[in-house]
Amino acid sequence: MSKGEIVLGCLAPHPPHLVYAENPPQNEAFSEGGWETLRWGYAKLARKLKTIDYDAIVIFTPHWQTYIGTHFLGLPEFKSKSVDPVFPNLFRYNYDLKVDVELAEAMHEETAKAGIITKMMKNPDFRVDYGTITSCHLLNPSWDKPIVTISSNRNSHYYSNEVMIEQAKALGEACMRAIEKSGKKVVLVSSHSLSHRHFVTEAPLPEDMSREHIYNHSQYVWDMKIIDMFRNGQMKEVVDIMPEYTEQTIAETEAGGLIWMMAAMGVPSYPAEIYGYQSVIGTGNCIACWDPNTETRELVL
Amino acid sequence: MSEDSQILFGLYVPPHPQPLLSPDANAGYANLRAAFETCRKRIEASDADLIIVYSTTWPSVVGHQIQALKESIWTHVDDDFHYLGSMPYNFQIDSDFSHEYCSAAEKRGLHARTVEYEGFPIDTGSVVALSLLNPDNRIPACIVSSNMYANRSETIVLGKAANDALVTQGKKAVVVVVSSLSNRMFTEHIDPSEDRIHSSKDNEWNEKILEFFADGRLEDLSQLSREIHGQIRVQKVVAYKPAWWLAASMGQHNNYEGEVLAYEALHGSGGAVIQLTPSSGSFGDKEFDEDDVEYYQGDRNVLNKGSH
Repeated sequence: MSKGEIVLGCLAPHPPHLVYAENPPQNEAFSEGGWETLRWGYAKLARKLKTIDYDAIVIFTPHWQTYIGTHFLGLPEFKSKSVDPVFPNLFRYNYDLKVDVELAEAMHEETAKAGIITKMMKNPDFRVDYGTITSCHLLNPSWDKPIVTISSNRNSHYYSNEVMIEQAKALGEACMRAIEKSGKKVVLVSSHSLSHRHFVTEAPLPEDMSREHIYNHSQYVWDMKIIDMFRNGQMKEVVDIMPEYTEQTIAETEAGGLIWMMAAMGVPSYPAEIYGYQSVIGTGNCIACWDPNTETRELVL
Repeated sequence: MSEDSQILFGLYVPPHPQPLLSPDANAGYANLRAAFETCRKRIEASDADLIIVYSTTWPSVVGHQIQALKESIWTHVDDDFHYLGSMPYNFQIDSDFSHEYCSAAEKRGLHARTVEYEGFPIDTGSVVALSLLNPDNRIPACIVSSNMYANRSETIVLGKAANDALVTQGKKAVVVVVSSLSNRMFTEHIDPSEDRIHSSKDNEWNEKILEFFADGRLEDLSQLSREIHGQIRVQKVVAYKPAWWLAASMGQHNNYEGEVLAYEALHGSGGAVIQLTPSSGSFGDKEFDEDDVEYYQGDRNVLNKGSH
């Protein structure tokens, strides 16, 4: 068996607004559109994914929040309806997805060996979180690949952003070892926004783009700084600056997803592909990917 | 019942699923379950028209959300404790009251909305509380979210709006706050038989808070909320809000008969079942040093003011 590998790492924000704006048949709500900069960026990245040979998507989600270790989805199928608790007016999505349980078990075992508290989730009534569904739908609308969802252990809440980084690094490295042993080709997805301060009111028409803007200029400047570092391949520096960035912008990086993905990919020093940046209800959202293949890596934006 | 409150009594209960799903795994869980049972019987013996639940495990972002679907049916599974089992529920919601509550909140300057969607994910704390306190839907319920950005003034006003809605509809209610005391859990899996409060410090603070509750000093606890948040709450949200909401909804005073029915560890956090019943006596020695709030004025736009 050949050695498994990570063929792509994606930063894939999950505002349910983006699925709402697409009007897929799985979602009950209807929209007139909106947030095109992000949706068109997602569409371009989804086209790139179609050109890549891979076996599974492994996604780290901030909306399956666990306080007792890191959990992995552990049953082969989940079929239900996901209703966003915050934006139920926008997102009521009927999902039917497959899980690569073999890969999930392998990651669970490798993570446990690294001394991290872990648990397999095997309750068939469990409802898959909307972060997983939103990011996976937008990256792969045909849902023709199995996924592995990893919960976010909230070390930032319980300890500090520094502890979060250490744990997320260890988790990423353990997942990488499991992937290599599996012989599989895997796409990693870190599902989150950058700056994450929301407006607490909503326009009567949520997709009214005349009302959409970043929460404040400070958030914007920080987001641009981070994206500039993505472009320049300065991921080691991004990891270093992460505690301050997360604190200053209430960033959704607090869940550890980006650090997890960077650690699994060996902290890339090559430029990220940037597919778009736009605010959603005040939060800053960037779609980006890290392509380890120099032949397919490109300058997108 | 005090003159200006439609609330017969208030309850403070924990959100964790162990008393519902695994009460026999630990004597403490069984004790909490028995306390829930006692409260259930007291609700049945009261002439309450509905139960209003303020749940700290239902965070909202866009204002304050109020459950209004008349029949909410689903099977809930907890994010952490999924291995303890599923929680099927079928809750009857007082939709008319929920809409009235939403309207009352808006009249006080809050951004609020009702949610009426099949399959809406009712949170673990609300599911546990209503399953144990009102298992047969003897009376309908209303559930209100806890906005993750809201602080004191917004939460005080939200509590007052609940009572406004009761007055408008001429209904009497039992109010239920779903919250831990100290909320730091163990970050590893434990043998339930060895459960204990996470630290002595958390336990000592919990004991002090329980003294206040037992003395009926709810408004004093409301005034201490910021201190409680700093001392024994994991900083997941901006503030410890349940005492603000409970005190505001019940009348902002210390005139209650307090009863601590149970206090036990729930995976390290402090879980208590407490009843507060309005009475004529008074107890309290704190000078209240924060303004009362009747109307929420919104953000102060601090970032956009000042010289440039």
